[in-house]
Amino acid sequence: MKEIILAKYGEIALKGDNRNTFEDMLVKNIKRRLKKIGKFEYFRRQSTIYIEPLEDADIEQALESLKNVFGIGAIQRCAVFEKDFDVVAANVGEYLKPALENAKTFKVEAKRSDKSFPLKSPDIQQKLGDVVLDNFPHLGVDVHNPEVTVRLEIRDNGAYLSAQRIIGAGGMPVGSSGKALLMLSGGIDSPVAGYMMAKRGLVVDCIHYVSPPYTSERARMKVEKLCEEMTEFCGNIIFYCVPFTELQEAIRDNCPEEYFTVIMRRLMVKIANKVCKRDKYGAIITGESLAQVASQTLSALGCTNAAAEFPVFRPVIGMDKIEITEISRKIGTYDTSILPYEDCCTVFSPKHPRTRPSLEEIIAAESNFDFDKMIDEAVEKTEVKRFRYGEKTVFLE
Amino acid sequence: MIYLDNAATTKPCRECVKAVCEAMENNFGNASSLHKMGTSSINIINRTKQAVLKALALNGAPLDGEILFTSGATESSNTALFGLNLRAGSKIVTTKIEHPSVAKVIDRLEERGYNVVRLAPKDYPDFVGAIVDEVDENTSLVSCMAVNNETGFQNDVKQLYKMVKAKNPRTFVHIDAVQGFLKMPLDGDLISISGHKIHASKGIGALYIKKGVTLSPLLSGGGQQKNLRSGTEAVELIAGLEAAVKAYKFDFERFSALKERLLEGLSGIKDISVNSDDKCLPNIVNFSVRGVRSEIMLHSLEQHDICVSSGSACSKGKTSNVLAAFGVSDKDADCAIRVSMCAENTEQEITFLCEKIAETAKRIRR
Repeated sequence: MKEIILAKYGEIALKGDNRNTFEDMLVKNIKRRLKKIGKFEYFRRQSTIYIEPLEDADIEQALESLKNVFGIGAIQRCAVFEKDFDVVAANVGEYLKPALENAKTFKVEAKRSDKSFPLKSPDIQQKLGDVVLDNFPHLGVDVHNPEVTVRLEIRDNGAYLSAQRIIGAGGMPVGSSGKALLMLSGGIDSPVAGYMMAKRGLVVDCIHYVSPPYTSERARMKVEKLCEEMTEFCGNIIFYCVPFTELQEAIRDNCPEEYFTVIMRRLMVKIANKVCKRDKYGAIITGESLAQVASQTLSALGCTNAAAEFPVFRPVIGMDKIEITEISRKIGTYDTSILPYEDCCTVFSPKHPRTRPSLEEIIAAESNFDFDKMIDEAVEKTEVKRFRYGEKTVFLE
Repeated sequence: MIYLDNAATTKPCRECVKAVCEAMENNFGNASSLHKMGTSSINIINRTKQAVLKALALNGAPLDGEILFTSGATESSNTALFGLNLRAGSKIVTTKIEHPSVAKVIDRLEERGYNVVRLAPKDYPDFVGAIVDEVDENTSLVSCMAVNNETGFQNDVKQLYKMVKAKNPRTFVHIDAVQGFLKMPLDGDLISISGHKIHASKGIGALYIKKGVTLSPLLSGGGQQKNLRSGTEAVELIAGLEAAVKAYKFDFERFSALKERLLEGLSGIKDISVNSDDKCLPNIVNFSVRGVRSEIMLHSLEQHDICVSSGSACSKGKTSNVLAAFGVSDKDADCAIRVSMCAENTEQEITFLCEKIAETAKRIRR
């Protein structure tokens, strides 16, 4: 019996003439991921990518890995038969046994996209239901809340019988929307922001600022670990690590304390601008959430935003900590995010930050010092590292 | 590299490395084997036992009892404290300055219904006397460290042992001697020691068990070490321990001079408070550079290839409750640095350290 995975499109199915571009991107992403598991054969038809394991590629592992590929709406594990109802019926007992022998209720869904098949969908449903009940007499039918849904699809190139359907990651294929630079701090919010924008089809690379000796090597390793964890959804990630100590000390020595944090955020954005320009990123992503801390009030965000020369995406802006935390747990970055290593945001943080700074005030506060040269230096000395999907290289303990 | 974190761990000495390699190449037999390879391992184990028993007493007569080899002091103290099977509901007297490998075990005993009393040195000018005062008819155990790992504070445990036994002979005395071993004479019913703090390797420790004290084992299995610690003896590491014990010399005068040099250097920096007084062992010096958080100082010194600790390395950066028990304020504890020396450290290194501390303080406090 031949088994196959059907990866069904999510949003791509709604695209018009340019749909092919999105499909190509999705197939490329899937291939890159499954390459690590084994050999598969791919073909596309009817808003679906058919993935056939060759030799001894592990289908369970492939399903698990596909769950986190953006652009896939649903994943179905199927057995393929010739389009003959009797052949399907003869295999129901064996193929569906693992799914049904311990279930209590089921229903059947049938779809006939090959209209030349002699039975209509309701007839298939009826007949297949009878066959299932003959094989598994302990089952009850529940059309509203079945434990198992048995699906039979009569497609152009075969009959596909399935009892396992997984909801896909949804969204758009990573890369189909271009690429953006995520300001990754080490906290809970920024990896979530990166995840959310990768879901909209962006390649997400990360920029991080370190201030030794105020921040430790462990803090940097923690952020690298987060990058590694994010590759599960984002695919390969380029990590920019910016030396930030001199700039922070310059802020401390030359600017009024109450503005430290906002000025620091603006300098970070100015560095991100330069990296975006040089390496062709189309946007900056941050994990800012309105009103969460003093530097994320409307006025403070306005000041930070004014330093940006690219669109700034803040996907968690309207979420509270509980909602963000929930996603963080789901995507597996939470446990690393809460490790207690200090990042540079808390270095020299003022006791009483100004919560409603005006842009004029900030610009005046910055004017005591010419930061531009230091910004260029920081960009120049930025270290670059690559994190690849599925590779574990960072160990914190 | 200037390594000043010897209370966290020490570099294995040449003698140890040589003995370990020699045992790995030539004496790797299983001590339970009946052939001569087994016998030669038994010989190594017994020689090391004798060396440790002798070293525990320092220059006194060797202690009488059994040596149990373990994976380290954590296992030694767990074996001792859980293995005693103390009378239900009885009283345990201990201190607020114990290492977590003892403190956490006693917390668990407390959960099982023992009545635990924990004393802090800041409350008593005569700390050993205060511990003895707490011992009564119902006290089944006193557990007290010989030398504190964060400050070098020392307890005369030999005296403590004598006084506790005089007051209640049925009270067991456990000594965590990880930092005190080979630096002061020890005595107790149970004494935990560790190899890697005295220039032997990690992975080897020992528990001294006074003659007549019986324990139930933590581990079950092949019945090695008189059924007290199943598992094949790590004969290579034991050989290393023997070599390290025999090679170790604690030069009190030299450390005192280094400590003096350090304090002199620190005295030139304003707003420093020293948390190790002159009664402390001189190889460990704890001080607070006010206004500079420990971690920042640590990483700043690291940039100059100097390794110190911001408290106990085992607790990975958590603020020390132990310092509070010495009367150090939370604010000072947040800025505490521990310098712990070994015989290889030099006066030049200490001078360089002081320079770099002064530089960092100036840079950070701006």
